[in-house]
Amino acid sequence: MFSRGAVVDIRSIGHSTIDSVLRLGYASRFLALTVLGSGVSFRRFRLVIREIYFTGVLSLIIILVSGLFVGMVLGFQGYQTLQTYGSESALGVLVALSLVRELGPVVSALLFASRAGSAMTAEIGLMKATEQLSAMEMMAVDPISRVIAPRFWSGIISMPLLAAMFSAMGVFGGYLIGVVLIGVDEGSFWSQMQSAVDYREDVLNGVIKSFVFGVAVTWIALFEGYDAPPTAEGVSGATTRTVVTSALVILGLDFVLTAFMFRGV
Amino acid sequence: MPSENLVEISDVSYAYDKQPVLTEINMVIPRGKVVAIMGISGSGKTTLLRLIGGAMRPRRGVVRVDGRATHELDREGLYRMRRRMGLLFQFGALFTDMTVFDNVAFQMREHTDLPESMIRDMVMMKLNAVGLRGAHRLMPAELSGGMARRVALARAIALDPTLIMYDEPFTGLDPISLGVIGNLLRALNSALGATSIVITHDVQEALDLVDYVYYLSEGVIVAQGTPDEIRASPEPLVQQFVRGDIDGPVAFQYPSPEYGNDLRLH
Repeated sequence: MFSRGAVVDIRSIGHSTIDSVLRLGYASRFLALTVLGSGVSFRRFRLVIREIYFTGVLSLIIILVSGLFVGMVLGFQGYQTLQTYGSESALGVLVALSLVRELGPVVSALLFASRAGSAMTAEIGLMKATEQLSAMEMMAVDPISRVIAPRFWSGIISMPLLAAMFSAMGVFGGYLIGVVLIGVDEGSFWSQMQSAVDYREDVLNGVIKSFVFGVAVTWIALFEGYDAPPTAEGVSGATTRTVVTSALVILGLDFVLTAFMFRGV
Repeated sequence: MPSENLVEISDVSYAYDKQPVLTEINMVIPRGKVVAIMGISGSGKTTLLRLIGGAMRPRRGVVRVDGRATHELDREGLYRMRRRMGLLFQFGALFTDMTVFDNVAFQMREHTDLPESMIRDMVMMKLNAVGLRGAHRLMPAELSGGMARRVALARAIALDPTLIMYDEPFTGLDPISLGVIGNLLRALNSALGATSIVITHDVQEALDLVDYVYYLSEGVIVAQGTPDEIRASPEPLVQQFVRGDIDGPVAFQYPSPEYGNDLRLH
């Protein structure tokens, strides 16, 4: 009924589907083991703090600089659009809402995935390739509790803080362009922003988004590293997959979360 | 009363997928002895070490360590058993994000509640035993291959294990480092009252060091005995191995079609 080529194609689709489902199963089991093995992370919180330094603090430069530039671009673009309608004074609102609701969580998560996520994958992958994880296991220390869980929690804690700093820096960038450079009225810039940005609807929803992105990116990065074939090629492939998968998952989740948070129909 | 043998391997078989790696292995490692497991690459030596460490379970047969069957232990029991074991990995497997000191202190910090001052003294004693007390501040990347192996040895004996396993301890070492590791191996065994298993294919070094040898080929024990018995073994495989002949029962050529056919001479 089918040609030989078609059978091979169908079979390969079947294989890749089964593989994907299997991998998702492994990844879910890995996440469950990580959460269950988190006792050590909370009892010895300095393990998490050390990782927060590597994932969070060392990501600060890229987050702050990017935030500033994104804010400045928003200042230019926003002003250009708003002045057509004579509402330049709403520039502060536009900049703040774009950042807090959308750009802050999304762009900082994308940057976090490429800066900290890729580093996590490469580190865990190389630890596996050089038998450091096996050595730990042979020393009766569970690598999931000791190595994976502290990194997982550090990602979850760092991500919302980085997103908040990105947004704050962006607002400052918008202020520099809008108020200092172009000369929008400073009072209306800040007061309109203050009255239009709602804590629950805007700020809190942004924090929820960045929290979810933090879980997703850290989970993907750690799983890819832990699951990487223990070769140079395996680790480099896993690092690439972390960045690509994280970017797609962030954008997909952003759509879903925004749809849930959407009001006004 | 503890049995005379620390490790007993009875009728153990293991296969990766359907490829048999070990077939009906019987082996005993008496307490206090240094025993070598020899054989060419791919003969199943490392698999045997993993079975003893409980990292893998035998398909058939039983591995007993200190009287307990490893496959019957749950995770907690396995971890308890491993705390009494030290494994020196082939390339050290040092934690690259920690200093030499922290590497050696790792198990003490994870498994004991000792104060930091006591841990410091113990780490210094272990490092002194391998001659690297002065290197305690270095990172693993700053060490030579031989030094890294010695640090890994200090880490493996951190909690004074009763069983020390060495996976290819001599591979890739210069003659001086090789002599150092060999001497340490013997000295640690008597100083700690431990039992040692050495996986190796460095014949001459091993035969000078150990009390007993098992010779593995394709997952089967083909010869065993004291070093002198092994040297005198009539088994052609062992003779080829001991003398380092390039051709013999283990062929130089990977199985291939007739040479002339590949060169298209016919």
